[in-house]
Amino acid sequence: MNRKVYLTAYNTIVIKEVGRFVRIWIQTILPPAISMTLYFVIFGNLIGPRIGQMSGFTYVEYIAPGLIMMSIINNSYANVVSSFFGAKFQRHIEEMLVAPIPNFVILGGYITGGIVRGVIVGIVVTIVALFFTKLHITHYMIVISIVIMTSILFSLGGLINGIFAKKFDDISIVPTFILTPLIYLGGVFYSIDLLPEFWQTVSKFNPILYMVNAFRYGLLGVSDINIVTAFTIITIFIIILFYFSLYLLNTGKGIKT
Amino acid sequence: MKALEIHNLKKTYANGVQALKGIDLEVSEGDFFALLGPNGAGKSTTIGIITSLVKKSGGKVFVYGYDLDTHSVDAKSLIGIVPQELNFSQFESCIEIVVNQGGFYGISRKLARERAEKYLRQLGLWEKRYDLSRTLSGGLKRRLMIARALIHEPKLLILDEPTAGVDVELRRSMWKFLRDLNNQGITIVLTTHYLEEAENLCKNIAIIDLGNIIENTSMKYLLGKLNTETFVFDLKDPLEKKLSLPDFILNVPDAMTIEVEIRRDQNLNELFDVFSREGIYINSMRNKHNRLEELFIRLLDKNNS
Repeated sequence: MNRKVYLTAYNTIVIKEVGRFVRIWIQTILPPAISMTLYFVIFGNLIGPRIGQMSGFTYVEYIAPGLIMMSIINNSYANVVSSFFGAKFQRHIEEMLVAPIPNFVILGGYITGGIVRGVIVGIVVTIVALFFTKLHITHYMIVISIVIMTSILFSLGGLINGIFAKKFDDISIVPTFILTPLIYLGGVFYSIDLLPEFWQTVSKFNPILYMVNAFRYGLLGVSDINIVTAFTIITIFIIILFYFSLYLLNTGKGIKT
Repeated sequence: MKALEIHNLKKTYANGVQALKGIDLEVSEGDFFALLGPNGAGKSTTIGIITSLVKKSGGKVFVYGYDLDTHSVDAKSLIGIVPQELNFSQFESCIEIVVNQGGFYGISRKLARERAEKYLRQLGLWEKRYDLSRTLSGGLKRRLMIARALIHEPKLLILDEPTAGVDVELRRSMWKFLRDLNNQGITIVLTTHYLEEAENLCKNIAIIDLGNIIENTSMKYLLGKLNTETFVFDLKDPLEKKLSLPDFILNVPDAMTIEVEIRRDQNLNELFDVFSREGIYINSMRNKHNRLEELFIRLLDKNNS
């Protein structure tokens, strides 16, 4: 009985979440397509040929997986943080809190919304990339699993940000001051082999390096880091953030007085 | 069967404000119950705890026998809430809001759509079902929240000031709608600042002030405790001389108005005799406050003194 109720509630949250970002596609789907087109034009076509090859690939081929992953990370995070904080701000989060839905169902619904947006934007950016370079998938399962896992991880991050946020400024602080630097320094545009040994070691503390490299391995078959290590680290982060999110929802942090 | 039982409910907010100091309350199945109190008395905190939006500091809440702490899914399924503040997405249509709420209660979309049509029609919102909620008038937004609260057909409906800011005509039609719901067997708990509303609709009443229940009884019994009523008489001609009514408590706010407090053992005939004798002609008369309002003010004064 309860399982059916929970499944219906979960589906409803997903429908609501997906409907929300599709309704405002000009703000959610279109911008990454435009900004990635600019990245490919500038770094791929204009500057790329002067850089030459990287890890045996043209520069535009090399950065394509990183740019796709960057879009997935940004969009899965942005979807959940803006939706959850918006629901708090307009108080319609209460629609779920008064209903007989366990918090893990609410969490699952928001994460799925983040995954769906991350995947849709990832597909759009991949289509854009195909106008500039050829892409072939070397390891399908790695590509699919790393996209899903990265979306889950950053959806959780967005939710935690949304829970703690008290004003609109708070939902842009993390993406601006933490996420963007980590992405840019996470091996999107270069191989860490180019860095001095000290900075290579420092880079290995950046979790996004593992996601970008695992995804690049899935597409191109090359990576700066060990794939098993990458999956292990991502899994550990997901488990930690999942239970932390659930703890925050269970204690009513930021949503109950 | 008790629809709602509250035992020793306490709430202290993070800023140290003690909103509830251990209240006890029982609402029987089928009741139309008024929870009244001045602003900041603890009404919305009580409702917030019952609906799981506010964390309690102590005490117990049972909904149709289900403990909110241990059987929250069963308890929540039985409650419908119409909150004081608007709390739906401003960017969704009326039908989306109501159908999605059904989904949160585990109702299939097909059934939720059927019920949404039923309640949106009953509340005069069906023609506006595809309108974005933010485009509705204040009264229609409140009706939308009632439709949303009914989508899972709750046994206990809680309304926190449902007619605040609603015009008289709409308020009267909402009263009729709520009376019909109660006649169908839905237990209703109502908070309102319109004491006329509570007097008209409710069978039982609790008055809360400063975090304590200061009165909890039937409306009939409470109104029966009113020993005096104040009547206002509008005069035909200005009062020319000082009026003396030894048996009555008299107030003359202006030359065209007399206010008289009349005890239950007195009657208006005596008063009219005096008016006739003194050559005072009355154009109209009315109660100064409605009866519940009179009692309410006295109870609060007593509690605060």
